[in-house]
Amino acid sequence: MNTNGTKIIAKDLVLNFGGVTALNNVSFELREGEILAIIGPNGAGKTCVLNCINGFYRPQNGKIIFEGYDLTKMKPHKVAKLGLARTFQNIELYTGLSTLDNLMAARHNLIKYNFLTAGLYFGWAHRQEMEHRRIVEDIIDFLEMAPIRYKPVGSLPYGQRKRVELGRALALEPKVLLLDEPMAGMNVEEKEDMARFILDTFELKNIPIIIIEHDMGLVMDIADRIIVLDFGQKIAEGTPEEIKTNPEVIRAYLGTE
Amino acid sequence: MRLPEGIFNTSYAKDTAIIRTRWQWFLFVLLLILLFTLPPLFGNRHQLQLANIIGISIIAVLGLNVLTGCAGQISLGQAAFTAVGGYTAAAFAVKLDLPFWLAIPAAAIVAGLVGLIFALPAARIKGFYLAMSTLAAHFIILWVVKIIPDITDGINGMRVPPPELGGFSFDTPQRLYFLIIPIVIIMAFLARNFVRTKVGRAMIAVRDNDLAAEVMGVNTFKYKVLAFTICSAYAGVAGALLAYNHKFVHPDSYPLMDAIWYLGMLIVGGMGSVSGAILGTIFIRVLNDLTATELVPFISDTWPSMSAEVAASMGPLTFGLILMLFLIFEPRGIIHRWELFKASYRLWPFAHAPGGR
Repeated sequence: MNTNGTKIIAKDLVLNFGGVTALNNVSFELREGEILAIIGPNGAGKTCVLNCINGFYRPQNGKIIFEGYDLTKMKPHKVAKLGLARTFQNIELYTGLSTLDNLMAARHNLIKYNFLTAGLYFGWAHRQEMEHRRIVEDIIDFLEMAPIRYKPVGSLPYGQRKRVELGRALALEPKVLLLDEPMAGMNVEEKEDMARFILDTFELKNIPIIIIEHDMGLVMDIADRIIVLDFGQKIAEGTPEEIKTNPEVIRAYLGTE
Repeated sequence: MRLPEGIFNTSYAKDTAIIRTRWQWFLFVLLLILLFTLPPLFGNRHQLQLANIIGISIIAVLGLNVLTGCAGQISLGQAAFTAVGGYTAAAFAVKLDLPFWLAIPAAAIVAGLVGLIFALPAARIKGFYLAMSTLAAHFIILWVVKIIPDITDGINGMRVPPPELGGFSFDTPQRLYFLIIPIVIIMAFLARNFVRTKVGRAMIAVRDNDLAAEVMGVNTFKYKVLAFTICSAYAGVAGALLAYNHKFVHPDSYPLMDAIWYLGMLIVGGMGSVSGAILGTIFIRVLNDLTATELVPFISDTWPSMSAEVAASMGPLTFGLILMLFLIFEPRGIIHRWELFKASYRLWPFAHAPGGR
């Protein structure tokens, strides 16, 4: 279903919580080889879009098509199996596991053995573990996490946890990466590191990325296209240059005179 | 994760190995030799009985470690699942005249399946409600045991013949020891492998963050049910051995208190760790035995006017006290203390590792 190089097509998404409309007829598409940014004021429904793609929320109306599957009817773990990985706004790691094990845990569906062979361990399960360990170590190298490899992530500082979360998403070998405010609460240096990692990932693995971010300077720098949400409505879509000058966007962010 | 100075991992296999150095191999083999020679040769009947009970409890606690320690699901039904195992083994041995090496796996499978049935509703609830529903499982199972006398002989209980292998009968505590310890080793090996592979990681993911686990591709429902099933299967093996050990099964042989003791042993040892589960079980069982053999006679000698009931309640009292002290001062259990000690010992005389490793 990859028609015209589109990876994800979301059509007429409507999401209500009781009387509150979180998303109102939002449509967009994610194309092959692009970084799509979703921006908007707080409470605009940005994270809701990701939660709908993930299968967390079930939109009342609309469809999200990925490789011919309608994601709105799937459970989150099935969506992950299709190859959609994400990070969270408020870091959702497995705090008791080490960095290494967090990444290994993300390869859950790629590691092929059942609980019986796992119990015996030697032989099949051991070979698989070693094979996937090698891949995970590459990701650890790539994200410069070697010093924190064995540390329980619960003990890591905020910036490194964000990085582990990106690593965990990459360990899933995603076809599409969804990043929910990967640079929230970071200082300039950490933000630059993160931006570098995101761009490197994008270039090396050539996976399309949907990113939600509040830092406008950064979004304008790294995004190919931007969609702007306000109160659940899509008010604008276009290249960074178009968005910068769009009167609707300026109104949503700064208010009207 | 810090290794002794001068020892480095040169391959991923070495990094994940349980036994890393030659010295550790030596200690491991020595431990095995001592385990199989010392108690049976020098232990008296009472000590061997204690060793057997410790071994059986270790199996039950290892199962609970998979469910509560790894998957983070609390269960008060462990005693009932040992009852399922005990009755399965007894029924197979008495009614069908099957040997123990078929009865014990059968006990594991039947208890596992019963656990799976209870897990299907239980995996949908959390915390306090889960504790209550597993408590209900305990009473339901023991009630069922009483109303199917064709299989269980109801409230009369059932005599269990000693397990036999090629004419050798495991009829004394000393002989049973040779049956129980190898099974404990096998079960501990399996438990360790569950923890260190995909299965354990998925369960810990469910425990630490079920929301993220689901988004990262773990079928949380499936893994909760699997944890319940494995936990009950362990309880089944423990129950079968308990039946052989007591030579008798009765609904009252599996009181609710046992489930609480198992949970307490796991907490004292350290949740989520196989070594912790083993250490905690040994610690609590030995402590309880010392209370019964040393503290109780001491109390009744010193204060002869004290009633026998007060003396008898010393066991649960010390258990409760120890559990409380651990919950306050070391909720991560003995094994965490041991890790801390190991780390500081290897670093000595420095306080911090270079590079923060």
